[in-house]
Formats: sequence, C-alpha cells, structure tokens
Amino acid sequence: MAVADHPTPRSERSVLHRLYSAYGQEIVIVLALVVLFFVVGLINPRFLSPSNLNTIFSGNAYIAVAAIGMAMIIITGHIDVSVGALIGVLATISGTLAVAGYPVWVAWTVPVLVGMGVNALIGVMVAYARIPSIVVTLGMLSILRGGLISVTGGAWISGLPPEFLIAQAKPFGVPAPIYFMVILTLAAAFWMRYSEFGRSLYAIGGNAEAARASGIPIERRTVMVFMIHGAFAGLATLLFATQLQIIQSTVPPNLELTVITAAVIGGVSILGGTGTVVGSTLAAILFAAIGSALIFTNVSAYWLRAVIGVLILVTVLADMIRRRRQGRA
Amino acid sequence: MPATTEPPSTAKPFVRLTGASKSFNGITVLKGVDFDVRPGEVHALLGENGAGKSTLIKIISGLYAPDGGTIEVRGETVSFSSTRDASRRGIATVYQELLLFPELTVAENIFLGNYPKTGWGGIDWDTVRARSRELLDSLDSAEMDIDAKVASLSVAQRQRVEIAKALSRNAKVLIMDEPTASLAEADVQRLMDVVRALRARGVAIIYVSHRMPEIFALSDRVTVLRDGALIGTREIGEVTEASLVAMMVGRSIDQLFPKPEPIIGDVLLEVENLRCGKLVRGLTFSVRRGEILGIAGLVGSGRTETALTLFGITPAEAGTIRIDGKTVTIRSPKEARDLGIAYVPEDRGSQGLVKAMSIRQNVSMATIDKLSNGLFIRFADEAARALEAVKRFGIRARGGIEQPVGQLSGGNQQKVVIAKWLETVPRILILDEPTRGVDVGAKSEIHAIMGELARTGVAIIMISSELPEVLGMSDRVLVMNNGQLVTILDREDANAESVGAAMTVSKTRKDAA
Repeated sequence: MAVADHPTPRSERSVLHRLYSAYGQEIVIVLALVVLFFVVGLINPRFLSPSNLNTIFSGNAYIAVAAIGMAMIIITGHIDVSVGALIGVLATISGTLAVAGYPVWVAWTVPVLVGMGVNALIGVMVAYARIPSIVVTLGMLSILRGGLISVTGGAWISGLPPEFLIAQAKPFGVPAPIYFMVILTLAAAFWMRYSEFGRSLYAIGGNAEAARASGIPIERRTVMVFMIHGAFAGLATLLFATQLQIIQSTVPPNLELTVITAAVIGGVSILGGTGTVVGSTLAAILFAAIGSALIFTNVSAYWLRAVIGVLILVTVLADMIRRRRQGRA
Repeated sequence: MPATTEPPSTAKPFVRLTGASKSFNGITVLKGVDFDVRPGEVHALLGENGAGKSTLIKIISGLYAPDGGTIEVRGETVSFSSTRDASRRGIATVYQELLLFPELTVAENIFLGNYPKTGWGGIDWDTVRARSRELLDSLDSAEMDIDAKVASLSVAQRQRVEIAKALSRNAKVLIMDEPTASLAEADVQRLMDVVRALRARGVAIIYVSHRMPEIFALSDRVTVLRDGALIGTREIGEVTEASLVAMMVGRSIDQLFPKPEPIIGDVLLEVENLRCGKLVRGLTFSVRRGEILGIAGLVGSGRTETALTLFGITPAEAGTIRIDGKTVTIRSPKEARDLGIAYVPEDRGSQGLVKAMSIRQNVSMATIDKLSNGLFIRFADEAARALEAVKRFGIRARGGIEQPVGQLSGGNQQKVVIAKWLETVPRILILDEPTRGVDVGAKSEIHAIMGELARTGVAIIMISSELPEVLGMSDRVLVMNNGQLVTILDREDANAESVGAAMTVSKTRKDAA
C-alpha cells in the first residue's frame, strides 16, 4: 500500500530514507518498545507475564482510542483539553443507564452520541465563532467537571450488569479492548491517509488559509473532525467504564494531558499538519509500558510523569529541528 | 564598479561600502558592490525586486554582516554587529513597514530605548516632551500632538515620527526604504519637502524607490543594482528615465517580455460597480477570452482586494459579476473555483501552499474532490497529474513529486501554486504578483506560461507592482487608486508615464464630492 503512493523509488536507500522521513517517530517508538520489553524482561521476567501484558495493552487501550481522535484534532491545528472531563461525564451517563435497566446497547451507544453532540458544539464555536479551541475546551472542561461533581455528588456507580462490562470480554482469548484499539487505529490511519477528508485535515492544519483558498470547506471539516473526536471519546468511555464493576465519578486525573501527550509523542506536530494516528496509539502503549516497567524494576511510579515530561520535550525539540530543516518553521 | 568618473565632490563620503558581498544558503544576493553616500546628498538606490537593494541597506544599517568587503564610516573601517552599533555611528533607517509601537504616544516612541535620564536615573519626561515637540516642528509637523497614541496617526504622520526618532539619535545617514509606497499624492509632496530640508541640514540620505518622478525630483546621484551586482552609479543629470529602466532590467522591455500575438475573443468576465470594504469602491471593467488585463496601482490601492473579492475570499458587498453574460454570485473560494475562476495569491507562503505537504499533495489540493471517488483519493491519478505538472512547468525538485514544497526555491514554489490552479482548468485566471521573489529564469518561464494560456482562451487578470511586467505582458492596463478605477489603457497607450501618472493621481477631492 505504502509503495503505490511512492512511484519510482530509485534505490534501496531512498526507500529507507523516505520511510524514515515519513514514519520516523513511529519507527523510533517501536524500537523504544522493543528495547524496553527486552531490557525490563531480562531484569524481571514477570514483566512479560501474560497478566502484565494484559494490563499494559488492554488496561490502557482506552487512552489509545481517545488519542486517535486527539491526533486528528491536533493535525487539524486545534486542541481539546476537555476530553478527560468528557470521558468522566460519558462514563457516568453510561453507567447510570446500565444500572437503570436500559438495554446494554443503549448504555453503549448513548455516550458515543453525547460525545459527538458535545464536540459538535465545540466545533461550531471554534469554526464559526472563531474562538481558539484551547479557550472553548477550557470552558467545556470546567462545565463538564463542575457539572459532573454537582450531579453525582462524587458518588460511585456500582451494581453494573455483567453483560454491560464489554472491556472484560475475551473473544478468542484476547481482551476486547485490544480489538477495539487495533481495529480503530488501523481504520482511522487508513481513513486519514487515503480519504479526501483525511487529506483536507492535514491541509487545514498545515495552512488553513491556503486550504480555504483551495476550496476546502474548512468550517464544515472542523466541525466534523470535532464530532469524530467526540465519537472516539465515546468509544474510549466504553472501554474505560466497563473495566471494573464500579464507575468512579473521578476520572484518572490529567487524562486529557495523557491523551494529548500520546498524540504529540506519537509524532503529531503540536503546530498541526503532520503526524499519524498509528504514532499516537504506539505512544499510548509506550507510556503504559514505561509505567509498568518502573513498577517491575522497583522504581517509584512517580518517576513516570517525569519520564513522560522528558519525552515530550525531546519530541517537540526534534519536531522543531525537522521543521527548520524543511524551511517551514 | 561605477562606470563614470565622478566630479570632484564637495564632501567626503560619510559611509562607504567597498566590494560588499552577501549570500544566503549558498545563493549570492550581493556581489562585490561599491556604494557611498555623502553628507547633504540624496542618493537614490534602484533595482527590480530581488536586485539586492534591501540586502545592501540591511548591511549599511547593521542588520546583516557582509560576507566580504569593507564598511567605512567617515573614513574609518568599521564592522557592525547590530543595528545598535550602526545607530551609534549615526546611521538610521526608516523601514517600509514602520516599526512603531501603536499603543505608546508619539513622544514615547521617538525616544524609546534612548530616554534622557534625570539625575536619579528616572526618565526625564520634560526633556522627552520638549525635544519631541522641537523635532516634529523642525519636520514641519507642528500640528501633530506629541501625546497622541501612534495608533491614531495616519501612515504619513507615522513616517514623520520615524524620521523624528532617527533625528533624536543624531542620525547623520538616513536610509528610507520605499517611503512613498503607501502615501497619497499630497503626503508625497510633503515628505519630499522634509527630505529636502534634511539634505539642506547636511544629512546623507539613501533613498530607495521605484517611482521615477521622485527620483528625478529629489536625488543627486542614483545607483542601480541588478541581480545583486552593481550596474552603475550616475549623477542624476546624466541619466534619463529610459536609460535607468534599461540599466535596471538589462534589456529593453520588448526583449524582456516576449509576448505572443494574442487571440482575443468575446467578453468573458464583466464586473459592474463592484464594492467590498474601503478598497473596492465601485469598480467596473471586463475581460475577454485570451486577453491579459494588467492591474497597476500603488500598495493599498485596492488591487489585491479586488482579486480577493472576485475569488470570494472577501465576498462582494454590492455590484454585479457576470460570466459569459450570466450573473453569478461568489461567496467562497469554492464557488469561485466551481465557476472556473482561479487565484494565484500574492503571498504564496500564507495563501498558496501547505509547505509541509509534498508537491503531489499541493498540486492536487484544489481538485482533490475531483480526484477522489467521493471517499478515497485515487492516488495513481494524483501522482500522474503531479508528475505531468512537474514536467510541463519545469519544476525542479530533487526528491521528485514527494518533496515537501517548503524545500523548493521561490520560483519553483510559485510554479507549484500555478500548477495547482491550472489543474482546475480555469477560464479566468487571476495572478497576484506572479513573479515576486522569483529569479530571472523562472520569471520568464512564468511569463511564457501566461502567454501560452492566454492563447488557449483563458482570460487572465494580472496584478503586479513591477511596471515593466505590467507594460510588457498586458493587452490592456487597468489603473487603480484608492479603491477606484482611474483609467483603462490599451497596450499602445500604456507606458511608464501614463500608468505612473494615473497610479499617483490624487482623488481626494472627488471622494469628498
């Protein structure tokens, strides 16, 4: 598939070179993962036990799924800092519906639709009212988080029906979240690369004015990409809310930052216009693996955030250097 | 080397450059240029865009360090490491885009970074205000309020603030970069009076301008640059407008713009009383198939705004647009494109290209919906179209069609923008400064493409600030001033004098009526 897109590769070296310049960040993360699993596996073989791998891949799949939508948003030149709060709200809605006895498909579908609705609103404000996305989503973050605490009073939801817990299903022995993560990532990657829609997102993020002058309807595309991002937030909610028998009304703190970081370390330029959703998924797995590796090597888990911080700075620095070299800083 | 022997000068040069050279990324933009300016003279600097004028003045003002050659100030060899250094030596610049702080007052701006201090180290505001008043009065600007915010001033007034700022630092050399480019005629006269007064006070003035009447009215000597090299320095009495143009372009206009015989057809686009904002005020004109209509005018005369309105970026507020006799409405670039209009923008970096994307992706950008089956892009078609464009326009790219356009030279980038729009098979092509920042070779290639397209029946509207280009390429020349049409000249009636006069005509009285 990739080759069809690159006619007349002249030599082996130019193919490798192109592969690297197009997918450099993804390759680096895969190599980092391989090294990490190998080294930590040598230090503590239990790191590679099926139950730990299950925790790493399956337990963090929801972050990867949310990061797919986030990557699309950042590629288009926007950002969403409210996605963590949104997932918290959607999880509560989903759990409440399930406990109230609605059919599980309702409890699964409604959060996806509500996620799309909330993000449609964000998208309209960004695209038509021209309010910067960081401001709109900061506002949305406060509304969602404040509203959630007020409504639930911080209470947890328990007594979820077993058939609701989709994240605990294991078709063919593989946890369901892994299917979600892999299929959604590949579908989104394909869509971003080969569809007219995906191409227009890269164009808008790369230079919105030029995209508009080229006849791309950037307002409509912006609302659409926010809605798609909202759908991914809804899907991430399904995986997150059905992991345990209970739903806490407090989502993992800083979830939005983790999701944004996954996209950025995955190679999505924070300035928009470049990056892939494959990179963001790989980066989400990398965080989970690093977090687990710290535990298995008896290093305080508090170091996780510091390590991720270093990764962010190194990645952004590398991106800036690359841009400058390509004459577009 | 100056080709003439100079008459014995009354004064020693204040600043002298010998063999100044400069290159960027291996491209030489200034090749061993000699230049000097004496106290009490106006020395005009001429050349086409990209000739090296700005590089030369940036070296004199300390912004760039030359790669080779020497700078002497009052006979002493110096090297400037910053504009501050040059300013200490008495060299000041009034830039084209005025560098003032709009939210500060006139007096604050004049002394910014150079405040007189009181005994205990505070700013001596009494002196600041008194000296500001004095400086402005000496510039014949007694009416300006020194406590007004700069944001409230007109362009001409801001320019005088800049000059006052330079004088406050005791400038002996004043570099003026296209000072009249955005001024109305009355303000031009006033500025010229100020320049004459400064000269009488013994200030050395380097005056960069494209406008011949000013150069002949003001300057004592004139230096012409072309492609980074010195063509010559002459006393003003030794040259004529024609000889200066010949020095600037190296060839006469007819040789420079080999224009094929046009095949002019029916009227294709008609615009009637078009209005949008302050700079498109009731424009009426038409363009025929196969015709190149040049639009000339000063910066801020509404040329680009007219293009933006026709292309739907800033849709018309009033007026009628007809294509093939049918009235159309254009509210977005997409609608314009679907009507067969294409627009190659003035600033290809901000409006023309997505620099991170490849040649292939940029060439297909305006036609991506046609290159896809509703969902997915037909990559093979896309690549074939891009490959064809690269061949047809001679786009030079080491990495082929996959090279990011940000890595291409200006001329090749411009060809990508043109290729993108020709993919839409336009019937009306609007080109805004099609050869700005493009090297000489690519320039004539772009002109050849234009001539060829016109012969296939495309109606072309070309906006250009380069008079030789307008005169050389256009079948008719439309001249704009202050958002309105001044005149439309046929090719045979259009020359530097007639177009230049129409560009600078003052219409203030007519507006008031």
